[in-house]
Amino acid sequence: MDAIKIENLTKYYGKARGIREINLTVAKGEFFGFIGPNGAGKSTTIRTLLGLISPTSGRASVFGLDIVKDKQEILARTGYLPSEAVFYAGMRVREVLKLSANLREKDCGEEAGRLCEQLQLDTARKVEELSFGNRKKVGIVCALQHEPALLVLDEPTSGLDPLMQKAFFDILRERNRAGATVFLSSHILSEIQHNCTRAAIIREGEIIACDSVETLSKTTARRVSVRGTVALEGLAGIRDREDSPGGVNFLYSGDMNLLLQRLAAGSVSDLSVSEPDLEEIFMHYYRKQVQLPKKEAEYDTDKT
Amino acid sequence: MTLIRHELRQGRISFIIWTASIGFLLAVCVFLFPEMKGQMEDMGDMFSSMGSFSDAFGMDRLNFGTLMGFYAIECGNVLGLGGAFFASLCAAGILSKEEKDRTAEFLLTHPVNRARIVTGKLAAAYVQIAVMNLIIYGISVASIAAIGEDVPWKELNLLHLAYFLLQAELAGICFGISAFARRGGVSIGLGIAAGMYFLNLVANIAREAEFLKYITPFGYAEGADIVTEGHLDGKLAAIGLAFGAVGIAAAYGKYCRKDIR
Repeated sequence: MDAIKIENLTKYYGKARGIREINLTVAKGEFFGFIGPNGAGKSTTIRTLLGLISPTSGRASVFGLDIVKDKQEILARTGYLPSEAVFYAGMRVREVLKLSANLREKDCGEEAGRLCEQLQLDTARKVEELSFGNRKKVGIVCALQHEPALLVLDEPTSGLDPLMQKAFFDILRERNRAGATVFLSSHILSEIQHNCTRAAIIREGEIIACDSVETLSKTTARRVSVRGTVALEGLAGIRDREDSPGGVNFLYSGDMNLLLQRLAAGSVSDLSVSEPDLEEIFMHYYRKQVQLPKKEAEYDTDKT
Repeated sequence: MTLIRHELRQGRISFIIWTASIGFLLAVCVFLFPEMKGQMEDMGDMFSSMGSFSDAFGMDRLNFGTLMGFYAIECGNVLGLGGAFFASLCAAGILSKEEKDRTAEFLLTHPVNRARIVTGKLAAAYVQIAVMNLIIYGISVASIAAIGEDVPWKELNLLHLAYFLLQAELAGICFGISAFARRGGVSIGLGIAAGMYFLNLVANIAREAEFLKYITPFGYAEGADIVTEGHLDGKLAAIGLAFGAVGIAAAYGKYCRKDIR
């Protein structure tokens, strides 16, 4: 059974676009990444899945349960960490955690204590006195303390220091190994690359690529850095070209033989050809001047 | 119960301040009565013959020199207006504050269905209003006993019942508004309470505007009418409570389907 199945999901806020015709499947037990910049539709997708907003059209299910009809059961099995965790003023951390557990009608005291210790969270403090990062920790404990089968995390590491980020991902990996599905929305690509098995990229409310992180990272394009002089004029498949006084740097997705002929005819003192990292792939999808339609973008990805 | 307890806890400061303020002012009014009683015998005619001003506050029909006449006008205004403000404030913010304070994402991603959330919040608002009225009622009875007057139970009970119904109606209407408003629900609620009060003053002054009594809850909570007639106007009260019920129904209808931003 799929943990999340989204079919043609569309959400409009009046006339403004939220998400358009989104199709996505996340398998049970998967560590899935959801990549996109602010305003791309990541939060709209998540909020629709959690029933905070209702879809304009299309459908989605979580563990086979319909997001509209079975909202309550879905929420009982889900832990959600919003991008900005806000709690009731005047409450202490332990009161917030207790309230969250009571709303779930569960005794989560033991697990909450373990998580607070791992994240070094002081439960006696009032929530309005906490820094952004510490409020995030409260959100993390609220999302994890009932040991949900699905974790939906929206920009989870913003505000956390590197040590806490590590502790947090250790907990997530531990939960994932125990069978939990993790849906991680982020624009920090290294987080996705280091932790997720599959990922989808969303742009302007539409999914423009969805594949394993490994496959997404492997494109036919190569990052080429040349030290020296070489004539590249008229050569097809060059993008993102940056000329410097001593050389040139570009992404190349054309015929490699033609490139080698040009290099041989030039004066090259040093050369490096490497795979672009996920960040470059992401930027490639987002470059305004090369806005590829969805099918073309997928074709450009090496499926080997 | 979790949600009701949480709401009562969230609203406790406001509850304490409003209850203490209204209770204190009401007690002060009652304690002023013995002092004013003697003077009022001479001034009663003057108060009842100030034209529209007397009409507006029902002083044309009540004797300021009697405890009930004084109580219905002075204490009635304190409890009527103060109670209306508290009820409106309490109900108008209780749903909208979740979006305004951005806590809706926390609350609504727990496995509690929206209808239960609305019920819990509504119950919390009415518990606060009911408890405030009981405390005020207790303060009132104790104050009257303390100044050595006999407690006019029937009139006092009717007056306090009328003010409770008035608050229940306004709370219902404001609760409905709270479901629609993302911001400013509290201001609208306070505006409605004040507006209703002035509508009643207008209805008291102008015969042509008497129909306003069907709109404002201050119509059936008019101390002069209750004391002189010895009963509540059941028709006006029923219409008022129907307005409140419509507000509550609208709150359920809207909030259960609302997109939370």
